[in-house]
Formats: sequence, C-alpha cells, structure tokens
Amino acid sequence: MFNSAAMRPALANRALLVVPALILLFCVFAYPVGSLLLRSLSDPVWGLQNFRAIIEQPVYFNALRNTVGISGSVTLICLLAGYPLAYTIAQASGRMQRLLIFSVLIPFWSSILVRTFAWLVILQHRGLVNRAIVGLGIVDAPITMVHNRIGVLAGMVHILLPFMVLPLYAVMVRINGTYTQAAASLGAPPLKNFFRVYLPLSWPGVVNGTVLVFVMGLGYFITPALLGGPGDTMIAQLIETEVSDLGRWGVAGALAVVLLFGVAVTFALLFRVGNPATRK
Amino acid sequence: MMPASVRTEFLWRGLRITISALLVVFLVAPMLIVVVISFSSAQFLMFPPPSFSLQWYRKLFGDPAWIDSLTASIEIVVPTGILAMVLGTAAALGLARSEIPGKKIITGLLMAPIVVPVIIIAAAIFGAFRIWNLNGSLLGFILAHTVLTVPYVVSTVLASLQMVDERYENAALTLGAPPWAVFRRIVFPLILPGVLSGLLFAMVISFDELVVSLFIGSPTFRPVTVQMWSDVLGDVDPTIAAVGTLLFLFSLLVLLLEALMRHAGMSSPLMGQS
Amino acid sequence: MSDAILELRDVRKIYGSVTAVDGVSVALSSGEFLSFLGPSGSGKTTTLAMIAGLVEPTAGDILLKGQPLNPLPPYRRNIGVVFQNYALFPHMTVAKNIAFPLEMRRVAGAEIEQRVARVLSLVGLADFGARLPSQLSGGQQQRVALARAMVFEPPLLLMDEPLGALDKKLREQMQLEIKQLHRNMGMSIIYVTHDQEEALTMSDRIAVFNNGRIEQIGTPADLYEHPQTRFVANFIGETNLFAGMVSEVAEGYCKINGNGLELRARNGGSIKKGQKAFVAVRPERTMLCEPGRAVAPGENRMTGEVSETVYLGRSRKYVVRAGGADVTVVQQIGSRLDTAFSIGDPVAVHWKIEDATAVSDSAI
Repeated sequence: MFNSAAMRPALANRALLVVPALILLFCVFAYPVGSLLLRSLSDPVWGLQNFRAIIEQPVYFNALRNTVGISGSVTLICLLAGYPLAYTIAQASGRMQRLLIFSVLIPFWSSILVRTFAWLVILQHRGLVNRAIVGLGIVDAPITMVHNRIGVLAGMVHILLPFMVLPLYAVMVRINGTYTQAAASLGAPPLKNFFRVYLPLSWPGVVNGTVLVFVMGLGYFITPALLGGPGDTMIAQLIETEVSDLGRWGVAGALAVVLLFGVAVTFALLFRVGNPATRK
Repeated sequence: MMPASVRTEFLWRGLRITISALLVVFLVAPMLIVVVISFSSAQFLMFPPPSFSLQWYRKLFGDPAWIDSLTASIEIVVPTGILAMVLGTAAALGLARSEIPGKKIITGLLMAPIVVPVIIIAAAIFGAFRIWNLNGSLLGFILAHTVLTVPYVVSTVLASLQMVDERYENAALTLGAPPWAVFRRIVFPLILPGVLSGLLFAMVISFDELVVSLFIGSPTFRPVTVQMWSDVLGDVDPTIAAVGTLLFLFSLLVLLLEALMRHAGMSSPLMGQS
Repeated sequence: MSDAILELRDVRKIYGSVTAVDGVSVALSSGEFLSFLGPSGSGKTTTLAMIAGLVEPTAGDILLKGQPLNPLPPYRRNIGVVFQNYALFPHMTVAKNIAFPLEMRRVAGAEIEQRVARVLSLVGLADFGARLPSQLSGGQQQRVALARAMVFEPPLLLMDEPLGALDKKLREQMQLEIKQLHRNMGMSIIYVTHDQEEALTMSDRIAVFNNGRIEQIGTPADLYEHPQTRFVANFIGETNLFAGMVSEVAEGYCKINGNGLELRARNGGSIKKGQKAFVAVRPERTMLCEPGRAVAPGENRMTGEVSETVYLGRSRKYVVRAGGADVTVVQQIGSRLDTAFSIGDPVAVHWKIEDATAVSDSAI
C-alpha cells in the first residue's frame, strides 16, 4: 500500500547492519577462495603451466572424466528413481504424504559420513546385500561392491536422491490435476497424456533437481573417498591430495578453477534449457 | 473406458508404488542399520548383530580421543551458532526493506558459501589459516563454521521478515513509535521464531561438518566428525556406529525442537520446503 | 481558512517518470468528514500517505493546525491512521494493541487501562481486551483498529479504505457506526474510498480524484446535482452523456450541438463558446412519452426506440436508442409518469433543461 521504502533517512542506517557479516565473509571466504583461484596462475610461477598439467597428465584428466561421469550417472539414476517417487508423494493424501516427506527428509538429518559408513556395512563382502544374493542363489560368490564404482554410485545416489525428489515434488504438488483430466477427455491415452501434458508441466522441477544434484555431485569428496576405488577418484579428492600431501597449491588452485567453472557452466546451461522464456 | 487401458493404468500405478516403496526403504534403511549396529555385541561389523550390548557406547565414552573430540565439537558448535545467528540476522535486517546500491551483489556474496563446492572453501580457508596461524585453533573453527552457516541464517530470517507485513511497521510508526521501538516491540518478536530456527540450523550444520574441519583441524584439536573419519579409514569397528547414532539423535532432537517452535507461527527451511 | 485543521497546498509526488499526485490543494475544517474518492491509481492513497508521513512529498506543503508537517517523521505527527487491512499487531492482545500508542507517549499505567477500556466500550467491544487479533472477525478487527487510532485523541484521523475487506451488509452497518462515532466525537476525518456510494453516505464533503488531481470538491449533493466534469458526472451515480460543441453561452445556460441535436443545459460556470462539452442528465430525471406529444417549453427532447427494459422492483429501467446514443431512463413504478413501454416501441425522451448540466472533459 504505502511505499515506505522511499526516503526515510532514519532507516537508511539500517543498511549498515549488513556490514559485520560482509566483513567476515570477505575475510574468511571471498579473499581465501580468490587467493586459491589466483594461485592457479601464480604458483609456483606466473603462467598457465598448472592448467596445462591438468589437461595433459592422465591422472588429472581421468579424475575430471570420472567426476563428470560419476556425477552424471548419479544424476540420471536419481532422476529416473526420483521422478516416480516424487509423483507418488505429490499424489498421496494428507497423512501418507507427510509420512513420505518425512522419510525423504530423514537422510538430511544424519551426517553424510555416517550414511556413507552405513553403505560400507551394507555393501561389504559379508554385508547384507551380498549375503542376500548369495543366499538366494542369484550369484555364486559375493560381489565386490565397495571401493569401486558400485559403492560410489550407491552412496551418492542415497545422499543426493532427496535433492532430486524435493524440487520435483515442490513443482508437482502445484500442478493442477485438471490439465491431465482435460487431456483425457480430449482422447489422450495415458502414455501420451503423460509425455505431452504432465511431463512438460513438471519440467521446472526436473531442471531444478537435475542442476542441484549434478552440481553437488561434481564437488563430492567424502563418498568417493570412502566407497570408491583408485579408478573412481574425483576432483575433490585430487584437490585434497595436492593441498594436504603434495603442497602444490598451484595445481590445487587450477583444479578448483575447473571445478568452479563446471559448476557455473552447469547452472547457466541447464537454466537456459529449462526456461526457454528467459531467452527472449 | 476400455478395460484394457484401465488395466494398464493399474499396472503403471502398481509399478510406481512399488518403486516408491523400495526407494523409501533405500533411503531410510541405512540409518536404521547404523542405529542397530551401534548396539551390537559382535566385535566387527555384522548385520544383523548376534545380540545387543552397550559396549560400543561404553567404549565411546571411555576413550579420551572420542571424549576430546566431542568436547571440541561442542566448543565449536555453540559459539558458531550464536555468531551466525547474530551476523545473519543483522544482515537480513539490513537487506530487507532497504534500497542499497549493489543489493544483489551483497546478497550473492552472503549466499555464496552454499553454492561454492565445499572442497574449494576447505582448501582455501586452510591456505589462509596457514598464513594467519589459525589451523587447529578453536577461533579458526568458529570463524570457518560461521562462514558456512551464515547463509542459512540469512535466508531463514529473510523468509521470516517477508512474512512480517510491512504494514505493521507503518502502523507502529503512525502510532508514535520511533524506529528503534518499532524493531524492539514489533519486528523482533515476530521474527524470533525464524531467528531461533536459524540458530538451530546453524548448530546442526556445524556439528555435522566434515570437509572443512578435515583441513583446518589438527591431531590435538579436532571435532567428532574428523575423529570418525580417521576411524573409518583405519580400523573400522561399531564405535563409529555409536557416534553416528548419537549424531542422528541430536539432529532429530533439534528437528523436533524446531517443529515445536514452528507452531509458534513462523516457517523455516528445516523441513526442506523452498 | 482560520477554521482549517489540515491544509494541503499544491502537494506533488513524482516517482521517476510517474506523477502520482499532481498538485493537490484542499483544506479540511475542524470536525469535518472529508472523503477522497477516486479509482485506483488516482493518487488518493498516496496523498493520504503523505499526510501520515509515510511518503515524502516531492513538492508542496502540508499544514496541521497551521504548523508545517513536512519535516516531521510519522511518529511525531500525532495523527491517527486506520489501515486497509487493519494492521493489528498479531502478537499482542486487543488491549495491548490499543495501549501501544499510549505507551509510546509514556502515559501512566493506570491511565492507560482506563482509556483503553473507555475506547473499547465506545466501539462496542468492551469484553474483548484479552483476545488476540486472530480470534476476531473482520468487523471486530476493524473496530479495534479504529479504537487504536482514536485512543490517543489525535486532532486528525486518516482512514484508508477500512471497509474494503468486509462483505456488503457488514460494510453498510460499519458505515453507519463510523458516521455515528464521527458525530458523537466531533473528529476531523479524511476517508479514502473508491466506492462512490460509501462516500455519498458518509461524507460532509467529497474530493474526487482522477489522475493525481482533484477534479471537484463539494458536498454529496453538489457533486451529484452539479458535476463540473465528465469524469465526476460518470463516477458518481449513473448519468447520460451527450457529446457536442458549445454554440451559445448565455446567463448560466448554454446550447450544445452534436449528432444532429440541439440541446440546452445549465452552465456550471466554466463552459465557453466553441469548446467540446457534454450534456449530463441523470436517468431518473429523464422521462418517456409517446412520440407524438409536443415539446413543452424549458425541455430538451429527442425521439428514439426502446431497446431494453429492466424491471427493478421499485423502478423500471429503459435503454432507449436516441440521439445517436443509448439513453438510460429510470422511472419509479407507481409514479404519475409511469408508463410501461416494450422493446421496439417508438418513444420520445425528454427532460427539464435545469436538470441537465454541461460538463467539460476531465482535463481542467
């Protein structure tokens, strides 16, 4: 009603309240991150040698490839599994819906380390899964599921699934049921109805969830370190090695630049794809 | 409707519900397994455990390394929560309802720690702390954890502020209240649930934080998450399950507290809604 | 203007390229009920906000009892404001809400209790002190908002469409209650509304806003009987308008030609020869008769055909296609002049010249 944001000098000082937080974030976040990124160009000498090393040496290149590959796989699995789950939750009524959401949120409230450890227990040689499939006769001998790609995928999907389900659910729960009803009354069979009406309507949720999961997956450290093998090394682990063991800040900085770049590109690309309206 | 299409609809529905049920089990089971194992009487990781005992909890509380790290965690979490709450609330108040030039950039900076991958933040802060000699120090941990949690407080309080109608402030002004009284009597009581939510949220995040703590911790000063990490990489035994269970219970407790507070009026992101 | 409690002198408010208030001047006498009436975006709410101090004027002066208000922040103006959605503090009880302005003025505790109780019984909510706003109905909240704005006995009360959120019956009841309160307490009130019926019911005077300016100020009767512009004629009540050019001006009357008709109407004073103008005549002042009857002296007349009839219980409304326009005619059922015509009947529409006013377009 009244536009009281306009010119009241007494309240202009209010803006100063932001300053303490800004100072902290500048000193303990922006400046350190900036320095690290700068070191990619300046450490040990000025130049692009760190970036060249990353592209040329197989250790780094493989890690980059793993990172994108693993994160991509995880995102795909989460999408395929999470979509029906989100749909079920969106269609559920009152109490069941709350119960389901609560179950999806339980993982949030246990630390990533603890859950990754749980997967170690479940997937180990004498763990639940192996005992089950050997007992049921599906396989003859236990499968190795830890310290390899299977373990990493299982762990990461488990942790990142809620980040796919929740954005999807948030969009789905707002989709007006009358659209699919109208399509059905106009003669659309269920499969066509889904692909031509419901899926496009849920698209913003798909984009949000996909971007979120993929970006988070890119930077993952704990899960690949605990559940993965040497062939599953991701960028974050490399950065840790370069800094803690090798002290090669320039390379670490370059890896950080690449990672950050990947994150930024993902955001930009996928949001463009997801929201064609913004192109105009 | 043709019976055939009704049948396929039921098939799809059945498939969907089965997948969903399996996924729910997938999501919930691992944590339950951890809780159960923590009470195991076996000497190694066995599920299901042969029988139950409290040995791992006893071991946990008898081991000085664990006690030290739990103490360190508490020493870090409480000041971090308070600092993040104060700075974050102030920042939110400064941002809302003012026309500052560069408001978007400032908001971006305040929210950045959520967007930037944690490994980068960890390496960066480690590097800076090396120069300032803050690695392995309580102060360093508090500063680093506050940086990580301030964005959550800002966003919680901002959401609260948005729900406090600007008209209340206008009404108070016309009734004779100077700006400070408007804040103290009207705005603050109404955003208090959001502020407290932010505090709890910050404390939980700090308690569970591992990556940054790995870098800036030292063998003599490390929070419980780092202790767990070194344990998992070394001899794995169910003590970790006991710690994990305790962490889980702590988070659940906070969740309950926050839900109770939400019945006092304001909403918060702890339930994950955007 | 020695009796004026509030004076606005050429007040303006410009937001970037948008002029919300374009030179508003008005004076409010002590104890007067003045309405700011107009459509949304006409500047009435912005003007009210400037009086309250919540918006700073770009230019112009606002004086309360002769003292300039401009330099004062809202919390020092001592003006009561009732907001559109009441803005009752949700975390305080009714009594605490009403006590708030007294606490800000450091009134003693015992006196606060007394005055709160007094004003609560004044608005008919004597036992509601301990309730929370969320436990009150819309009408009750409105009364608490009113009580809160009155309890510190301000010299001026501003109300911004306070009844907008209520349903029709409640609104009409509250209108009368507010009018009664006004009479009993002798308060000076500025009341913003977009509902012309509401303004007509409650006000001593009405200021009609359009595009950031006041088009006309006057008593309800003034505005209804003698509108000065087309906008005012149209906004208040229903009216017929005939467009044309002014061909003659004489002795308070003028002649307007348009659409092949020559009509005469009263001249409010500002109509000049040669300008474009409209003849405005209210439907209830028009009459229908057989086309054959002769024109009586002192009357305008035109022939046409009935295109629509509406039975309204107390009256009949006709729409007649005549003079190149759709003329609305309202006849009281059972009156001497009541004749029932049907669609398609040829008729003559006529009215007394004194009942027609010539108005210009809105750009004054």
